[in-house]
Amino acid sequence: MSALLHHPGYEEERLRRLSEQLPCRELQAGMLLSLMGQPHQYSYPSVFIYGHRSSGKSHVMQVLLKELELPHATVSCVECVSVALLFEQVLLSFFGGDAASLLPRSPSLSDFVRVYRQQCSQSPAKQTRYIVMEKAELLRDADANLLPALLRLQELVEDNVTVILLTEIVWDRFRPNTGCFEPLLLHFPDYSKGELQQILSRDKHPSYSAEFYSSYINILLGVFYSVCRDLRELRHLAALNFSKFCEPLAEGKVKETDTHKLWRNMEPHLKKAMQTVYLREVSSLQWEQMQQMEEKENGAMRGLSAHTHVELPYYSKFLLIAAYLASYNPARTDKRFFLKHHGKIKKTNFLKKNEKTSNHLLGPKPFPLDRLLAIFYSVVDSRVAPTASIFSQISSLVTLQLLTKVSHDDQLDSPKYKCAVSMDFIRAISRTVNFEIVNYLYDFL
Amino acid sequence: MSKRKITKTNVPVGECISQVQEMLRERLCHQRLPDRPEGVEAQHKHLLELLKRTAVHGESNSVLIVGPRGAGKTMLLRCVLRDLLEEKEAQKSLLQVHLNGLLQTDDRIALKEITRQLHLENVVEDKVFGSFAENLCFLLEALKKGDRSSSRPVLFVLDEFDLFAHHKNQTLLYNLLDISQSAQAPIAVVGITCRLDVLELLEKRVKSRFSHRQIHLLSNPTFTEYLDRVRTQLSLPDDFPDDKFALDWNASIETLCEDKSVEDVLQRHFNSSKDFRSMHMLLMLCLSRVSVAKPAIKPADLLEASRLCLADANANMLHGLSILELCLIIAMKHLNDVYEGDPFNLQMVHNEFKKFLQRKSNSMYNFEQPVILKAFEHLQQLELIRPVDSSSAKTQREYQLMRLMLDHSQIMEALQKYPQCPTDVKQWAMSAFG
Repeated sequence: MSALLHHPGYEEERLRRLSEQLPCRELQAGMLLSLMGQPHQYSYPSVFIYGHRSSGKSHVMQVLLKELELPHATVSCVECVSVALLFEQVLLSFFGGDAASLLPRSPSLSDFVRVYRQQCSQSPAKQTRYIVMEKAELLRDADANLLPALLRLQELVEDNVTVILLTEIVWDRFRPNTGCFEPLLLHFPDYSKGELQQILSRDKHPSYSAEFYSSYINILLGVFYSVCRDLRELRHLAALNFSKFCEPLAEGKVKETDTHKLWRNMEPHLKKAMQTVYLREVSSLQWEQMQQMEEKENGAMRGLSAHTHVELPYYSKFLLIAAYLASYNPARTDKRFFLKHHGKIKKTNFLKKNEKTSNHLLGPKPFPLDRLLAIFYSVVDSRVAPTASIFSQISSLVTLQLLTKVSHDDQLDSPKYKCAVSMDFIRAISRTVNFEIVNYLYDFL
Repeated sequence: MSKRKITKTNVPVGECISQVQEMLRERLCHQRLPDRPEGVEAQHKHLLELLKRTAVHGESNSVLIVGPRGAGKTMLLRCVLRDLLEEKEAQKSLLQVHLNGLLQTDDRIALKEITRQLHLENVVEDKVFGSFAENLCFLLEALKKGDRSSSRPVLFVLDEFDLFAHHKNQTLLYNLLDISQSAQAPIAVVGITCRLDVLELLEKRVKSRFSHRQIHLLSNPTFTEYLDRVRTQLSLPDDFPDDKFALDWNASIETLCEDKSVEDVLQRHFNSSKDFRSMHMLLMLCLSRVSVAKPAIKPADLLEASRLCLADANANMLHGLSILELCLIIAMKHLNDVYEGDPFNLQMVHNEFKKFLQRKSNSMYNFEQPVILKAFEHLQQLELIRPVDSSSAKTQREYQLMRLMLDHSQIMEALQKYPQCPTDVKQWAMSAFG
């Protein structure tokens, strides 16, 4: 552990306990501590702390305020759906329930400041009071005057109070049009790879040695570090996959020190976890079940992900394929693809393509119903009558959100649609009906 | 430090430091009033005269104090009020009502606040009023002295004056200014605002009732004045308990201000903004580094504080991105260069990224589309990219058009600082054609 925190206003013992709880954040904690000063001294009216998710912003604040027993109110802006809740929580933690009940129903900012001042004159602050707002970016969606008022709350209530905003968005995106009181900006940098390793290695498994766990973390970081630096996410992944890592050990195949073998065993597994757990396609419970299933029947475990799981009627599949073709091919090329005797088409002219106009980059284009049906009749191999059943399948595709209706609802005679499925999805669908879709796509000729 | 300890000081160093912190913090954080306002003597005199006429002679007035943020508008007013209240007569009769546009967001709340600040709740109780004006008149009527010939002067201070102009029909402003025009009760209306065009916001009938008296605080100090301000803000007063320490401290501030590197730093800040607030922020950061072990502000402290103040927040955020997210940002940068700032979508970015990957044989960054989508969404959450149109319900996420909220130099700067940035990625970012 590096340098301990020092500050004359607080007991050595407490500061020592503090720095134990804040691994790799000593610098930031020290900075905050020196800004806060001794408890009775004034601090800057508002402090704006920004940094990436799970870089320890809330944790450092919480530990500092709790350990040093400073009067504080922590408000999560996600919880406060109305400002009333926010005000109530602040008053409750500073002055107790009586004060909070003084607020009228649906209080305005003016009411809050009035009650605060009234309470404050009865019990003036001996120590700086801190209001910590988590996820402060949501304050921008509240009333326009809330954020500027909070930033200068010290001046408005004439009390020794400091508002601390925690967020992951930079201050430039907060500043209102006419400007406001500028808070003191503090940045919490992300943890480096070494620091992540150090922190993650802390929650080691009791029945295994520390070195063993830290080598596991090393492998985990090797796979995930380039994608994800979120400590919380990594921790979740580490906890979920550890049992798999220990498996060869339990079976007695490998010794604890044989890192290379353990790594070979583990890496493909982690790569799979990236596709499923990291993307939240399966819950952690499902993931554990999958692991057990895998032991019984090797392979055949693909397909838990939602994309490959859609079952459609035969004609619906073709309708979807036709919709995809209509969305991604320019209408002028339909003749070339779907007419048996399409006459002469100049090859150079036809193939003149520009990457900029590729529909697979720009997204699907809307098409009229007539075109969809024309393509549908030509791709489906048997003769189909345009019955109500076909039309109802189109509308059920819309309900499934595989197609989206672009035109307005009251346009009954020629509705327009757009195909809303991905390339991989449509390929999987067309494979089930033995339709080679790539041959019909203009972008892939 | 040891030198200081053996002198015959009666206060230990730790105590002194604590005193210094307390005193200066009150100045920098709590906006403690200076003994006399600097650089705004003329405005101070003007305003004081004006308010005195209301307080003593019962003359109605209205005035606007206009100036940019952090220029010292509130400080000026508070200084004037402090000086005004030193006079017996004014102190006896003057009533104050302080309203703030941030708090009193509509006229009903404002009226309630006025009633409260005039201590008239019990008089009003459950009377029913026909109109706003009636209500306000009643309030002022109630303030009349027993002899009914003269009522007590009331000072209305409207902070963030421009916000009051957004209230419905500008009823409050209309009534206040109307009273100040007609000889009903002696009131002074002082508006504080940072908007120079504030008069344009007023309706015609409101504007015509305003006296058009404006006090501008567009102070434009020279650098020497700015340096002086820094010095006075940091130096200790004569009544500091430990004379020796105060002398030492003031001398150290003096040498600090003469240091060449400090002057450069201050010049840079001076060029970007001249107001008090940003200076206070800088000095506060310096002050927080003063401790018993280091009982003076050193040039290095100021340099460090300035580095913190001027740090580019976006570059800081880019530093914490994962390598995949950084690659996407670079791809976006190339797209911006090629298509001259046209918006892009995820597919285009991915395509650009793939082109980079194809040029290399190793597949270190071969990620599935969903993983890339997640990284893309994270960038959107951080508001480094922003959707062009907010209605995104009907388009697929991959095809939603986005704009990059960073500029070229920020990305390049972040790349330089990025820890263990692979060389090929760096080269890719530098290359002009993507």
